[in-house]
Amino acid sequence: MTTVTDPPLPRPRGPLSAAVIARLRTERGRLPPDGAIRRADPYGADLQTALYVLYELHYRGFEGVDDGLEWEAELLAVRRPLEERFLAALRADAPQTGLRDTLAALLAEPVADTGTDVSRYLDHHGGLDQLREYAALRSLYHLKEADPHAWALPRLRGRAKAGLAAIEFDEFGAGRAEDIHAQLFADLMTDLGLETGYGHYVDLAPSEALATVNLMSLLGLHRRLRGALVGHFATVEITSPPAARRLTEAMRRTRAGPAAERFYAEHVVADAVHEQVVRREVIGGLLHDEPGLEPEVAFGIHATAQVEDRLARHLLGAWQAGRGALREALPPAV
Amino acid sequence: MPNSPERPRRITLVRNGPVLVEGPVEVTGDDGEVWVSDRFTVALCTCRRSRRYPWCDTSHRRPTGQTHTGESRSATRTQRHDGGDDR
Ligand code: FES
Ligand SMILES: [Fe+2]
Ligand SMILES: [Fe+2]
Repeated sequence: MTTVTDPPLPRPRGPLSAAVIARLRTERGRLPPDGAIRRADPYGADLQTALYVLYELHYRGFEGVDDGLEWEAELLAVRRPLEERFLAALRADAPQTGLRDTLAALLAEPVADTGTDVSRYLDHHGGLDQLREYAALRSLYHLKEADPHAWALPRLRGRAKAGLAAIEFDEFGAGRAEDIHAQLFADLMTDLGLETGYGHYVDLAPSEALATVNLMSLLGLHRRLRGALVGHFATVEITSPPAARRLTEAMRRTRAGPAAERFYAEHVVADAVHEQVVRREVIGGLLHDEPGLEPEVAFGIHATAQVEDRLARHLLGAWQAGRGALREALPPAV
Repeated sequence: MPNSPERPRRITLVRNGPVLVEGPVEVTGDDGEVWVSDRFTVALCTCRRSRRYPWCDTSHRRPTGQTHTGESRSATRTQRHDGGDDR
């Protein structure tokens, strides 16, 4: 019998995150004032770390932190300006393209390798070191894969609810714990000699990786952002199969191991189904019920593309320069 | 997924894309191969380009005539549709 241990609190990356983390640890101390939050870089490490820590209270919490702090009014009061700063930046940076064109663009595979696609880079050039770094930073999401999207369920009805629930059932192993996608990812990490603890690699993750996870938490925790959450989910499912095919190849070429191949191989076929259901039933159903949400679904797609593009630029910039992409080098395979 | 004469299995045709079939399914090929899936819905490839045939792997999306994977197709995509169309 193993007991699940709560993840440790991350290390602070600036005054905002230091104040939030100190408050969680000691339940005392001043939280950051609004002015400091308004001046912070919305995509920067400090704000993203502060948000990440506050959002994690709604998932698995932290070792030594009272579970009751999830709904502590002062922490919620500081979370709001942090996430408004992030959301305002995402909205300002999103193009105004409508949903039909946005979806069509997602479905189009670029013909040539433009040098901006992480899965193509890993397929063509990735060694085990890069695949391990990629898995470590993606573990912040994949070890809770599909969890943030489950928050949409009570906010949907009819076809959208039935479609999302069917996909989530698949993501959660269709009734078999060993097939939960988060578990398949943990198995991939074991093949790569990585630690499988939830949140284990948060201190190594660049701010660009934290932003991808914070985006889903932001969209998941606010009912008013349900349209954008559906757009996020659609983006993940639609873009997954071609990328997963390339990552399967990368895992095979580097002999990463059977579980490492399986995670991505499963996603090629599973997400080829999921993306059909998410477009037809989830987006189709939602917009049938709430046609006014169409721009929000498009915004969710744009916001996801934005944070993913930022992460891709960071990763490719580091790898092409021969550097590691994490904040510190990974320990050698365990 | 309960299938009965009163509640037949639902099959969805996707223009220029796969056929969606409620699972579980057993698919048999010409040579007697058998593929089984218990997914809630499966996507069966109709374009014959899938590398995971008979399952769809979204290769139907790929613009034709491209060269980066070494494949080339005689037809050229000239137009993208949307809605129920997949490329
Ligand atoms: S129909 Fe999708 S790959 Fe053939
Ligand atoms: Fe998945
Ligand atoms: Fe999926």
